Amino acid sequence: METIALLGQGFAVALTPTNMALAIFGCFVGTIIGALPGIGPVNGVAILIPLAFSLGLEPVSALIMLSCIYYGCMYGGRISSIMLNIPGDEPAIMTTLDGYPMAQRGKAAEALAISALASFVGATFATVGLTLFAPLLAGAAIYFGPADYFALYVMAFATIGGITGVNPIKTLLAAMIGLMIASVGLDPATGTARFTFGSYHLYDGFNPIVAIVGLFAISEVLFYLETMHMSDGKMVPLGRAVPKLRDIAVGGWAHLRGSVIGFICGILPGAGASLGAFMSYVVEKRVSNKNGTFGHGDPKGIVAPEAGNNAASGGALIPMLTLGVPGSGTTAVMLALLISLNVQPGPLLFSREPEMVWGLIASLYIANVVLLIMNIPMVGLFTRMLAMPQWVLMPFVVMVSFLGIYSISNSSFDVLVMIGFGVLGFILRKLNISLVPVILGLLLGADMENNLRRALSISGGDPSILVASPIAIGLYLVTFAILAAAFYIAFNTRRAERKLGED
Amino acid sequence: MRKLTKLLSLGALALSLSVGSSAAEECIAPADPGGGWDFTCRTVGKLLYDLKLVENPVQITNMPGGVGAVAWANVASKRNDDGSLLVATSTVGITQIAQGRFPAGTDAMRWLAMLGTDVGVIVVPADSEFKTLKDLTDAMSEDPASVTAAGSSGAGGWDHIRLLMVAKAAGLSGDDYKGIRWVQFDGGSPAVTQMLGGQVDLVTTDLGEIAGFVESGDIRILAALSDERIPAFPDAPTAAEQGLDVTGYNWRGFYTGGDVSDEDYQRWVSTLNKLYDSKEWKAAAEGSGLVPVWRGGEEFEAYVLEQAAQMEEISRQIGVIK
Repeated sequence: METIALLGQGFAVALTPTNMALAIFGCFVGTIIGALPGIGPVNGVAILIPLAFSLGLEPVSALIMLSCIYYGCMYGGRISSIMLNIPGDEPAIMTTLDGYPMAQRGKAAEALAISALASFVGATFATVGLTLFAPLLAGAAIYFGPADYFALYVMAFATIGGITGVNPIKTLLAAMIGLMIASVGLDPATGTARFTFGSYHLYDGFNPIVAIVGLFAISEVLFYLETMHMSDGKMVPLGRAVPKLRDIAVGGWAHLRGSVIGFICGILPGAGASLGAFMSYVVEKRVSNKNGTFGHGDPKGIVAPEAGNNAASGGALIPMLTLGVPGSGTTAVMLALLISLNVQPGPLLFSREPEMVWGLIASLYIANVVLLIMNIPMVGLFTRMLAMPQWVLMPFVVMVSFLGIYSISNSSFDVLVMIGFGVLGFILRKLNISLVPVILGLLLGADMENNLRRALSISGGDPSILVASPIAIGLYLVTFAILAAAFYIAFNTRRAERKLGED
Repeated sequence: MRKLTKLLSLGALALSLSVGSSAAEECIAPADPGGGWDFTCRTVGKLLYDLKLVENPVQITNMPGGVGAVAWANVASKRNDDGSLLVATSTVGITQIAQGRFPAGTDAMRWLAMLGTDVGVIVVPADSEFKTLKDLTDAMSEDPASVTAAGSSGAGGWDHIRLLMVAKAAGLSGDDYKGIRWVQFDGGSPAVTQMLGGQVDLVTTDLGEIAGFVESGDIRILAALSDERIPAFPDAPTAAEQGLDVTGYNWRGFYTGGDVSDEDYQRWVSTLNKLYDSKEWKAAAEGSGLVPVWRGGEEFEAYVLEQAAQMEEISRQIGVIK
């Protein structure tokens, strides 16, 4: 009952004209960014964070805009998967498997509509889950001591290393680079300066937002300068503009299965939407693929991963808001934004800033409706945007990045740091090293270290405190289970591939 | 609102460019917008102009970095004789200077005044076995390692040193200080939350941020580290009442360049004194959880030097500085 009252207050915040306008703007821009191949949700949110600063938005408005961009990206990612067979972002990879074949059969509009509906169901399911579970988890988080937080961070690193990495060694390397960058600055426990080389500018360490905008936005521009050409995917014709309702409502229970699996994957720290889409597709294939239609344009093969990745992106907000541990790369970026807006996520956020939390949740409900409307009747507009050359986009990225970073604290040093991180990001991407673990390391490294040291100061240096509480033990067990499952899946996939090769 | 101020400041910038620079007063907040020093600059700057104590609107400049060291170095090297300049600081800044983390010592700048203060408190959970400050210091004397304390600063930070000043007054020595377990959290509220979760025994920090927990009855103030009882919590005894004469203010005030003329220095002190006497300042201070306290001019300078010396001694004893 209390939740409903709080949600009502949230709607009061979300429905102010400014916040509504920002939400709709976020949905629109997010869908475009999601649809453009290559620019995924992490990049999208990273590129637009400076906008929040240069507009001087209130924290709650900034968060609403970026969350709507985030949701919009997840909706938009499917468009180029279906139209071009190129995933707009990583989580949309699974959608290409059945989406593109269906479009090739002349049912592109139906595929887009089916996937829009699935996105809506998944995202709404996750938002309801967020409404119900987040306050519970926030309440339970009071019992988390430093040792338990440390276990949680171990889990975040283990899951992101075990799952998102195609190459685990490179993922590990990326996380290490992030952790190293995080150790620059004054050590909070003793006030000792580390790796500052005598420069007072480095005493406060690197602002994660500056690093993120450099790593993602600036490196994107550098990448573009190098390649200078558009993706050469072949676009299929859209077909009938507004499909019939009968053709859309084919997903059935696949909606719900995808949503539940995706939501659970989203809550796990570090796992995120790609895993949600992957697991949903695999499970749906087991359940529904009776006639061998999967992979040849089966609508359920579109519904499951789309419901899954959208549910996961909502689920990923739960650990970010309640524990301050992001569930995905994009929520990691949003966490950095919150911190630089002087909002400390964690169990206290719900009691201290109810307006912000519930305003955000309410705006996500609104975003879902807006996105559904944008993505069924207006989908033709977005497909046409796929033909937009990237040179139109890049000058804006550069302008917004420089303006936004400078306006955080009027520091030209920050701008230099951003450019430095841009070059670093470019090099890492050239080496096929994922940037998300770098961000996770940078963002969580300091907290992970601080909690380890807090735990050890409490125990007077006795390491057994790390495994003394039931919460910590439980988290380590879950970490172990996730790692074991990841190895099992990797092993099986490899065996399946080998078998395919033999055939 | 921030958008509006941004627009206005842009307008002001354009205006000052076209008119030519006039000697407007400027306040440097050595931190990002939104923090305590930024608040000090913005509140004081606005009131100075609203109350017509200065002719032009006070320009606010954010110069973050090195817990104030970047601004300090900038003033020392470029604006050491600029009589129109205020720089916000607080006890936290003095701690940094006392521990040698700034490019020069306290005597490099001229200390103008403090206008208000946050009061340090020692708090325990409502059901703690420590009923009085003496219960706590007795336990610490018997076995320093039996007590786990926490606060919002690291070892050797102001929250830690305030607690050790109490320990010192109770007769503990340098070696005992190192025995008391100290845990740093990112703010007073997280520290109190962890204390309520049973992770630590007590918290020493500013009252402002954690007053809500006292009002709700979750925690008790074992001792207020102030000269007099805190108006909002008249039932909470001071440390001095319990026989340990220790105060632990986290004051908010200003310094200016070391080569500023005596005339400009005195003008600032008297301007700030007028501001302090206004009811507008009292309201603004209390609205943000500060207790208005005045120390100005030479009295303030002596106070800063003494505080820095005290901090340096304790820091040396606990090995934070060599």
